[in-house]
Amino acid sequence: MSTATEQPTYNYKVVRQFAIMTVVWGIVGMAVGVLIAAQLVWPALNFDTAWLSFGRLRPLHTNAVIFAFGGSALFATSYYVVQRTCQVRLFSDGLASFTFWGWQLIIVLAAISLPLGWTSGKEYAELEWPIDILITVVWVAYAINFLATVKIRKTSHIYVANWFYAAFIITVAILHLVNSAALPVSMTKSYSAYSGAIDAMAQWWYGHNAVGFFLTAGFLGMMYYFVPKQAERPVYSYRLSIVHFWALICTYMWAGPHHLHYTALPDWTQSLGMVMSLILLAPSWGGMINGMMTLSGAWHKLRNDPVLRFLVVSLSFYGMSTFEGPMMAIKTVNALSHYTDWTIGHVHAGALGWVAMISIGAIYHLIPRLFDKEQMHSVNLINVHFWLATIGTVLYIASMWVNGILQGLMWRAVNADGTLTYSFVEALEASHPGYLVRWLGGMFWVVGMLLMAYNVWATVRNAEAKPVAQTA
Amino acid sequence: MDINDLRGVSTIFVMVGFIGLVIWAYSKRQKSSFDEAANLPFADEDTHNSGKSKLENKDHD
Repeated sequence: MSTATEQPTYNYKVVRQFAIMTVVWGIVGMAVGVLIAAQLVWPALNFDTAWLSFGRLRPLHTNAVIFAFGGSALFATSYYVVQRTCQVRLFSDGLASFTFWGWQLIIVLAAISLPLGWTSGKEYAELEWPIDILITVVWVAYAINFLATVKIRKTSHIYVANWFYAAFIITVAILHLVNSAALPVSMTKSYSAYSGAIDAMAQWWYGHNAVGFFLTAGFLGMMYYFVPKQAERPVYSYRLSIVHFWALICTYMWAGPHHLHYTALPDWTQSLGMVMSLILLAPSWGGMINGMMTLSGAWHKLRNDPVLRFLVVSLSFYGMSTFEGPMMAIKTVNALSHYTDWTIGHVHAGALGWVAMISIGAIYHLIPRLFDKEQMHSVNLINVHFWLATIGTVLYIASMWVNGILQGLMWRAVNADGTLTYSFVEALEASHPGYLVRWLGGMFWVVGMLLMAYNVWATVRNAEAKPVAQTA
Repeated sequence: MDINDLRGVSTIFVMVGFIGLVIWAYSKRQKSSFDEAANLPFADEDTHNSGKSKLENKDHD
């Protein structure tokens, strides 16, 4: 093993900045989520203002949790992992700083423009064209900085985590450029470059690959570094990780049409999307098993390490939601589940159970190292956070399963004469208890994030008193 | 020959490429370099962990 004799000086400043903002945006994004969950229980909570209406706050919530919270976590961990595993300082401190401030500016612009109702109407790509251009500039700077750091590495291998991060960065650039192509008519309004069913397909090619590359490949990069690191043993099978990588990136690209079952999309495209979604189970579970088995012989560590618990339970939720996803992509199942709350439950099994939990585990791992501390201020609080997050996720997805199946069955029920048995409002009324439980699950999450913020603050508080470590 | 032949053949190429990748990844020749790569997260230990012993290579895969 080629061990570096001298520790290079890493750029931890940008990692610290993004790590702290992960916690901040996590609280903001989830709080907005809890507000709109509450609006579905108590509709008066939109206070009769357009800015606080569900239709405007929902994209704010999704953008904040995916791109602000998840994005910051990906920036922080990718900049950390690429330096540590390439044993070299980031290619450019200037570019790193530019990506941090640029990304924060984009988030602030999103937080202003979405409540004002400026939207291109594309799910997960709602931001209008001037912000889209800014995203492109920041993203290219990120790609250059990350890939150039890999290029100047001191190690002979490119560690598998960096492969996943690189695939995430490059693919998101392509997805963004293609799907956001639009004709501007004013500073705040543009129209898609595509039309009709082609526009829908471009949108869900983007949308599903945003799940596949932003919310999966990037976080798998995180998994391949932080799970072995926290478990203090190398990944179960490096061979499997290589097969996992190529299988995943080759398959994900084709699964998008399952978002458009029974629409104007050609039938063969729908069937192709369904089949590729089913195939996707194999690489997804290959990755999950690789992460889980890394703990073989070290399962006892779960007993007293809540950080490891976060990481491992995130893999369980990943396995669960990547089984559920292919199942829901089957057309006959989709006929029941589509447009119901089941979809929202599925998304949150992935977003809360997998993406958020692995990010939180990684941040708890990072904070003491970045601020030169032995460990987090309170390990007990991490444990409390872990249980709040786990119970919150279970409440959320269980209530949405019940609601989703209930809605699907009520909507499709017909009388002997062919008329609908239930009106839409009857199904909505029946969903009310589920919305309350979902809101409660969200509250568990926000409380957990507030505990995390306190814990991080208490850990970081005295960091300035000691000289900050020069090296890793 | 039209564009659809190319589409069909490209599927074969990807399949052959993937099988080749699996054979390459699981060949004995790659074992030592993969073990080295798998240990990269521990190759530069931070000051907190410098006292810990080097991690063993596992050979169950």
